[in-house]
Amino acid sequence: MGPFLETLIGGLMSGVLYSLVALGFVLIFKASGVFNFAQGAMVLFAALAMARFATWIPNLTGLESKWMANVLAFIVAMLVMVAVAWLVERLVLGKLVNQEGITLLMATLGISYFMDGFGQTVFGSDIYKLDIGMPKDPMFLFDKVFEGGILVNQEDLVAAVIAAALVAVLAAFFQYTGTGRALRAVADDHQAAQSIGIPLNRIWVIVWSVAGFVALVAGIIWGSKLGVQFSLSLVALKALPVVILGGLTSVPGAIIGGLIIGVGEKLSEVYIGPSFGGGIEIWFAYVLALIFLLVRPQGLFGEKIIDRV
Amino acid sequence: MFYRENGQFKTHYSADQQIFPILQDKVVILGLLAIAFLVVPFIASEYFFRAILIPFLILSLAALGLNILVGYCGQISLGTGGFMAVGAYAAYNILVRIDGMPLILAILFGGVCATVFGVLFGIPSMRIKGLYLAVATLAAQFFADWAFLRIKWLTNNSSSGSVGVGELVAFGWTINTPAEKYLFCLGFVAVFALLGKNLVRSHIGREWMAIRDMDVAAAVIGIRPVYAKLTAFAVSSFFVGVAGALWGFVYLGSWEPAAFNIDRSFQLLFMVIIGGLGSIMGSFFGAAFIVMIPILLDNAPVLFGIPIDTALASHMTFMIFGSLIVFFLIVEPHGLARLWSVGREKLRLWPFPH
Repeated sequence: MGPFLETLIGGLMSGVLYSLVALGFVLIFKASGVFNFAQGAMVLFAALAMARFATWIPNLTGLESKWMANVLAFIVAMLVMVAVAWLVERLVLGKLVNQEGITLLMATLGISYFMDGFGQTVFGSDIYKLDIGMPKDPMFLFDKVFEGGILVNQEDLVAAVIAAALVAVLAAFFQYTGTGRALRAVADDHQAAQSIGIPLNRIWVIVWSVAGFVALVAGIIWGSKLGVQFSLSLVALKALPVVILGGLTSVPGAIIGGLIIGVGEKLSEVYIGPSFGGGIEIWFAYVLALIFLLVRPQGLFGEKIIDRV
Repeated sequence: MFYRENGQFKTHYSADQQIFPILQDKVVILGLLAIAFLVVPFIASEYFFRAILIPFLILSLAALGLNILVGYCGQISLGTGGFMAVGAYAAYNILVRIDGMPLILAILFGGVCATVFGVLFGIPSMRIKGLYLAVATLAAQFFADWAFLRIKWLTNNSSSGSVGVGELVAFGWTINTPAEKYLFCLGFVAVFALLGKNLVRSHIGREWMAIRDMDVAAAVIGIRPVYAKLTAFAVSSFFVGVAGALWGFVYLGSWEPAAFNIDRSFQLLFMVIIGGLGSIMGSFFGAAFIVMIPILLDNAPVLFGIPIDTALASHMTFMIFGSLIVFFLIVEPHGLARLWSVGREKLRLWPFPH
């Protein structure tokens, strides 16, 4: 029982991170119909900015408090992400209005290449440690219930709590604020939203900024766990099956899809993997998504699009 | 005034249906082929063959295959690298396992295996399209990456999937020098380009384009979407598989699965976009462009005397790639091929204003 639960929890934890990246995808897709391939690059970029500013700011200002340095770095990194959002809208998406979905996808692929290169040119390409003071010690849960208990990283628990809080904040933002309502209106129907006076361009900047914020949080969590490095941007590819599974337009779908993929990956690696020669983590998520596409193309919670293919 | 069809009368249907109905086009293409076959092998340097011409030829073949799927049939694919890998490893296997297997047949067998693999992963295209299909083809990519790394049988029990081929012999002709390798690839590319050009102007190519432009309307006028899409997947994967086999055999010599990873898929997709979706010529333009850019970026600092370290250069390559793609999508969504046809239109009048 113990090992099974540990695998399960390990899967849930990596699932949380997939969910966070997938959340960025869904936000942008809902608001602008753009399938944002650059989300992974944004995670890397945001994490790099955060990690570097967290060391640059104390060096420049002689700030003693690590906590303050982290908060300042977070704010600066967020500003950077807002700037990125604004530039993307100005230079790329604003010029590609009314283009086909595939064209926009390719454009975000270009953005992603650019950000990978730009981020590493500006911030350097080493592996950076990102220490935001998360507790690192492992702890045992349920050791009363059965022999040995379950080994859990406190860090993972904190990450899960942060992710849950983030989702709650986003849900509230979408549900109760005026901007959130405008975002939902744009997601429903671009033209109708525009005709009642919602400025599309500003909405896009906002939604890319929100996605940048989500990317920053995801980047910080991943980064403090594994160090900030290039492989972060590859996580984005894992988020694709997640959004397919959960449904492209559904925020809860992104979360649940992420958890399913995370858990499925770990469990299949441990229990089915050995009979295939191991390493099936690489493709498990994609094949699961592929099978899902054949059975239920709109995903678990997505809107059903009636469309002849 | 030099490029115009005035006075070239067609008196029977076959003359009207030629590949290049205009005399000047025919002359230019034949001239290019003659230069490529007869002049280039004697004048190009070894570095030029190895670094530019051979990769350019093989990647244009792969881009041509991808263009059939993406540009002509409108089905997006992010799994091209995986299809190339299948072609390369299948060709390798049959060459190693069967004694006296002719090289050309082995390469074509690689293409056939890639076709099967492509059709298998193309089946989802019957139910899904667009972005969803992109994810389905990503599955093909990652599955191929994994299979050649882990399944020992597929790589003839070599460790971590790294394999190599020895001497290349076709019809008693030993392909050793870069110039011979170049000619070997050029032969393949010329035949396949002709095949591709003829396919896209035949009834099947028209079916693909009809599906791409509007699938419902195409179905209404009697085109079977399933048939059209799967044939596009099959033909495209065949081309890509042959290109993969050539890439492994001729360009790399020995390779491992990482040679055909997701970056290769993206690279080919960029070639198709920059070159021009739905254009045979565009595939060549795109391949030339993408092959040249990193080489130019590597050499440019030396030429201008600016020292630049390799890490920075590779990041710069990323940035320039990314910006160029966005630039092309915004400024010229139809790619370099469009510039080519605009140029041809202008030539009809040049040097006169009207």
